[in-house]
Amino acid sequence: MVEMVTKPYAAAFEKHALANPDVLCLSADLTSSCEIDKFRDRHPEQFLSMGMAEQNMMSFAGGLGLAGFRPFIHTFGVFMYRRPYDQLMASIAYPRRKVRLMAFLPGITTPGGMTHQSIEDISVMRSIPNMTILETGDATEVESICEAADYIDGPVYCRVLRGSIPRLFDTPIEVGKMRELASGDDVLVVTAGICTEEAMRARSVLEKAGVGVRHLHLHTIKPFDSAALLDHIGSVKHGVVTLENHVTEGGIGSLVAETMADAGIGKRLVRLGLKDTYAHGGSRAYLMRYYGLDAIALVRGIEDLMKADFNISEEDLETARVEAVHSLAKAEGL
Amino acid sequence: MQNQRRTEDVALGIRRRVFEHAIRNNGGYLSQACSAAEQLAWLYNEELNLGEPTLPMIPKPFGGVPSATNPDYHTGAGYNGPFESQYDRLFIAPAHYALNAYATLIEVGRMAPEGLEMFNKDGSSVEMIGAEHSPGMEVHNGTLGIGLSTAAGLSWGRKQRKETGRTWVFMSDGEVQEGQTWEAVQACAHHGIDNVFAIMDVNDQQCDGAMSSVMEVGDIRAKFLAFGAACVEIDGHDLSAMRDAVKEPHEGKPLIILARTNPFHTMSILEERFPRLHYVRFKSEDERARMNISIAKDLGIDPIDYAH
Repeated sequence: MVEMVTKPYAAAFEKHALANPDVLCLSADLTSSCEIDKFRDRHPEQFLSMGMAEQNMMSFAGGLGLAGFRPFIHTFGVFMYRRPYDQLMASIAYPRRKVRLMAFLPGITTPGGMTHQSIEDISVMRSIPNMTILETGDATEVESICEAADYIDGPVYCRVLRGSIPRLFDTPIEVGKMRELASGDDVLVVTAGICTEEAMRARSVLEKAGVGVRHLHLHTIKPFDSAALLDHIGSVKHGVVTLENHVTEGGIGSLVAETMADAGIGKRLVRLGLKDTYAHGGSRAYLMRYYGLDAIALVRGIEDLMKADFNISEEDLETARVEAVHSLAKAEGL
Repeated sequence: MQNQRRTEDVALGIRRRVFEHAIRNNGGYLSQACSAAEQLAWLYNEELNLGEPTLPMIPKPFGGVPSATNPDYHTGAGYNGPFESQYDRLFIAPAHYALNAYATLIEVGRMAPEGLEMFNKDGSSVEMIGAEHSPGMEVHNGTLGIGLSTAAGLSWGRKQRKETGRTWVFMSDGEVQEGQTWEAVQACAHHGIDNVFAIMDVNDQQCDGAMSSVMEVGDIRAKFLAFGAACVEIDGHDLSAMRDAVKEPHEGKPLIILARTNPFHTMSILEERFPRLHYVRFKSEDERARMNISIAKDLGIDPIDYAH
């Protein structure tokens, strides 16, 4: 069974910050919620409490960048851009400050409802010039996010997972690359974040049903390697299905659509995710089922794309497991 | 470059340049010269510790925005000298004061007069709303309220690095309507940031008119004090009051100098336009001609020959 890792961010951030004295830890009153409370207690000289004042925090971080520091801002994704969007633009993105926006609770990974769920953050960030976007999908990616983000010459928005996180991969984030998790030739599935684990569950059942799934996991959303994606699209017969913890407008579904349209690809694309809707408060599993972000939604999407019925039920998926990365099954075999 | 001329003369020079520019271009940010000339003249001619300019006296054209593919990008901060530990930094928070800031750079010998002729011309870096790449600017401040926060972050960082230079912010009073200003002050107080200084042009004017009619802000000195700043209120046309105000002790706190000013000081005819003084565009050739004669007389120069 897949290994679960508890709070990988906390340890990874502390290790990175201690090795890099110009890294500062900023928090907007969500210190334990972003797993940096122990860091605050142990390294107060590298920690700045900014209070519930995100507009000031963004411009202040821009000023710290001007002084040669590399602030890591910790708050929930929504609070990173909705209220302080103007400051994010003028004080961080435009001047290419090396500010690392560590955005916790991406999409529907919080029961907090509309005010806490960053369901359109990728869309917003993709349209900001100079912004890099990374998203974590497992414990290994969370463990490597600080180093990957801090390598970027400019601002970075990172969708970070917290708490108990499965380990799906055994290699760190390599910015700009995509992970090829399966290389079937019927349909290309493109996922990121928590949806990748869902796709892995669906894949094992689909493969039994004889569907050749080619599966890509994206940890780097911007910049994006269009050429690599086009190669993969060229390797499948039927088309592409995207599944994302985000609205289907402006996220990875749009990214794939734009890439296909720009290259004149005539294959079909099915975009799964939040369909022009807000979500409400509830457990992650409930919300993923309710809004169609889970494994069964992906199966139905592939059926739609291939105009087929694979006779796969929710029960089949419930028993589908994701094997541990170091098991003989090797989830990341490729 | 400091104290080569009397600060009063620098202030007069700023007003004359802004006036001439406004008359020739049928309008401009003229009232801001009335209110702010002493503050800008005092900062550049006396108070700021700045090095020699590092950018050409005649500004280069627009060189592109910051991007990974524009390695030669730089801001306009070089007109204020190099970034060195001992030197002060200045942010012009209300970026629409740019015309006045450029006039100041010319008056203190940091930019050639030709620079002002490039003002608001397509392809020029001498933009109407001062941009990062405009002469004397280091950060974008056209969105009001972000300047003090940026200065606070820079100041905290400079203190960590044991730099002795201060960060100054020239502010406008309309910015106190923005919540971010108060977030910035409370952050400075909480983190003991006392190497940040602001002088605010309290002219009681904003785009829509008199501030009291747009959004009453009450006793802003009391508010600054309550939020944890040191705050001194002075006559913003009194240079000796400025010199005294900066001596106010403010250990562990930012110092904010409220410079109470008159938006038609030295250009009395502008009172006709009260309360719409934010951007004075002449309503008729007759008004332009009358203002030309009246203001030239106030400033002790001949009327501007703008016909050709």
